[in-house]
Amino acid sequence: MIYKVISKKEFRAFVDALVSNNRSYGPQQVETDRNGNPVYQFKPVQSVDDIAFDYTATASSAKHFFLPFREELSRFSFEPAESDRLPHTDLELVHGMENGWIQKINYDAEPVVLIGLRPCDISALNILDDVLLNGHFPSPYYLAKRKNTFVIGMDHLPLPDCFCKSMNHHTVTTGFNLFCSDIGDHYYLSINSSKAFNFLKEFESRDPNDDDNCLLVERRKMIQNGFTTEIDVTALPTILDIEFDSPVWEKWGNKCLNCGTCAMVCPSCYCYSLTESFDTSLKGAKREKQLYSCNLVDFAVVAGGHNFRPKNGDRLKYRYYHQHRGFAENGNQQICVGCNRCGRACLSGINPKDVINDLRMEKESCLTCVSSSPGRR
Amino acid sequence: MPDLRFVIPRQEINREAFASSSPDFNRRSEMMNTDRGFKCRVTNIIRLTELEKLFQLRIVEPSERALFRFKPGQFLMLELPGYGDVPISISSSSTNHEFLELCIRKAGHVTSALFNIEAGASVAIRGPFGSSFPMDEMAGNHVLLVAGGLGIAPLRAPLFWINEHRDRFLDVNLLYGAKEPSQLLFTWQFEEWEMINHIGLHTIVEHGDAEWKGKNGMITDLFNDISIDVQKSYAIVCGPPIMFKFVCSYLDKLGIPMNRMFVSLERRMHCGMGKCCRCMVGSTFTCIDGPVFDYWSVMNLKEAI
Repeated sequence: MIYKVISKKEFRAFVDALVSNNRSYGPQQVETDRNGNPVYQFKPVQSVDDIAFDYTATASSAKHFFLPFREELSRFSFEPAESDRLPHTDLELVHGMENGWIQKINYDAEPVVLIGLRPCDISALNILDDVLLNGHFPSPYYLAKRKNTFVIGMDHLPLPDCFCKSMNHHTVTTGFNLFCSDIGDHYYLSINSSKAFNFLKEFESRDPNDDDNCLLVERRKMIQNGFTTEIDVTALPTILDIEFDSPVWEKWGNKCLNCGTCAMVCPSCYCYSLTESFDTSLKGAKREKQLYSCNLVDFAVVAGGHNFRPKNGDRLKYRYYHQHRGFAENGNQQICVGCNRCGRACLSGINPKDVINDLRMEKESCLTCVSSSPGRR
Repeated sequence: MPDLRFVIPRQEINREAFASSSPDFNRRSEMMNTDRGFKCRVTNIIRLTELEKLFQLRIVEPSERALFRFKPGQFLMLELPGYGDVPISISSSSTNHEFLELCIRKAGHVTSALFNIEAGASVAIRGPFGSSFPMDEMAGNHVLLVAGGLGIAPLRAPLFWINEHRDRFLDVNLLYGAKEPSQLLFTWQFEEWEMINHIGLHTIVEHGDAEWKGKNGMITDLFNDISIDVQKSYAIVCGPPIMFKFVCSYLDKLGIPMNRMFVSLERRMHCGMGKCCRCMVGSTFTCIDGPVFDYWSVMNLKEAI
């Protein structure tokens, strides 16, 4: 990693050069919510003036640039061109059969610049890398998009309901091309790729001096101390295992509307469903991947109608199990990064902080000596 | 005009390069055949009952046919273009490299469509996926196979394996229960299994009709017919969830060690490679760590049976 310091004015020029030459997305205010607070989203930007650098957090996460809501995985053609046909095999000659279809796959990804990702968003991408690239059966679709994306990260002061510090995702050291920390009238840049380094050569930047380093540490400290929401995650995986039959799940499950919003806005939820559909011409068909949510009622329904998770509480528990205990696929690592998007988006007010604290109360009330955990000061 | 100094170059993902980039050679094949299915010809369709058919498939490309090797207990994703794909356990012999046999019940969207196709149609398969029965570990022991209803389909592959290596095993018993006599599958093989392969075959139905000469009752009633040497026995159980509960707890009480009882679980699946998370049991994937679990793992998995 190489560190540089760049003035904010020069940084805008740098971003402008990137934005005007590449397909770029940055945070923009799209609406105001019912309390009058601005709502931000990642939107296509044409110039640096379109980007709201002082945004708080986007309502949707950046994962949709890598895992779109709908993604065409492959395409079948039932009337293949003569050149695409396979040679006849011996069996076909015997039975006089024709090739029925041809499957076409391409891992298309255009280079994209993403500006202004938060450390928790980048951490979520690292977790997705772990699951989708380092585990069994790596996904080439995801790899193509990840390789062709230029990520510029930015730190920010925590919002009142962020709890990424508890999940240890308030700082990030990998997974981005360039990361900017705000130190007054300059940005402290962490450069993590040769691409970013080459682009920055064209602009005036300097090596950080002692003052800059002090400012960076101060900034990091300010962020660290700015968190007002904390969740005690000590031994949480074990507690989730032990509390599998806890009444807490039913209590919160009864509030859940099964809408699946939490999974849609989550930066690290990746569960999906596959559907295939014919073209209206009946000459082809496509295989599509749709992001899915484990809170939707038919998530675990098998053919024949049996639902392995029939109750709201079961499905909500499953989501928390995945988020905070982790699955074997990603080394039993927690995948929640603590951005609290699900809590903000939930229509019935379910948020991770309350659910987990409830669960811990359930557990710790059984003990005679209740430890004073920092989460419940 | 774009300023070329600031244009991010596009990086292509080459499928072959990606597949060979893995440091682990064994993972290579895993990557090769997951996004693109092997094209198969349906060579024969046998109607077993009103709801079940046996599909015989042959992989079209000889090179792919040579690549496709599976172990008893594994499953594959069968894809009917335009309709979707379904996880189906392989019920043919793992040493039969020419043809695959899949026993399919008409239950959902894709399987209903599969029931309308005729021999000669093309389908795609991806796989094989999942864990398998430890046949080598079982060698030198008695084997007890317990099947309920369609549960005979995943048990047919280990049964074939046992038949082909019959001298390695001591007594082999197959307990097979169904709702009605007409729902017993693979009846034409019963005689072969009993007479040629010396497998103790015990069948039972819940509701027998006038022509039924065998037993009436639940599958657990069959345990009175056989003697089990608990020290030297392995058990394989497959059937509806309710059957697992009764059979496994019976065998557990009998004293068969938990790590010698194997079950094959069923879940909804969309990918077969641990990405869609539809088949989670507790914190484990049915498609990667399963579908074959030993009873000890099943006891430790939440909401497994």
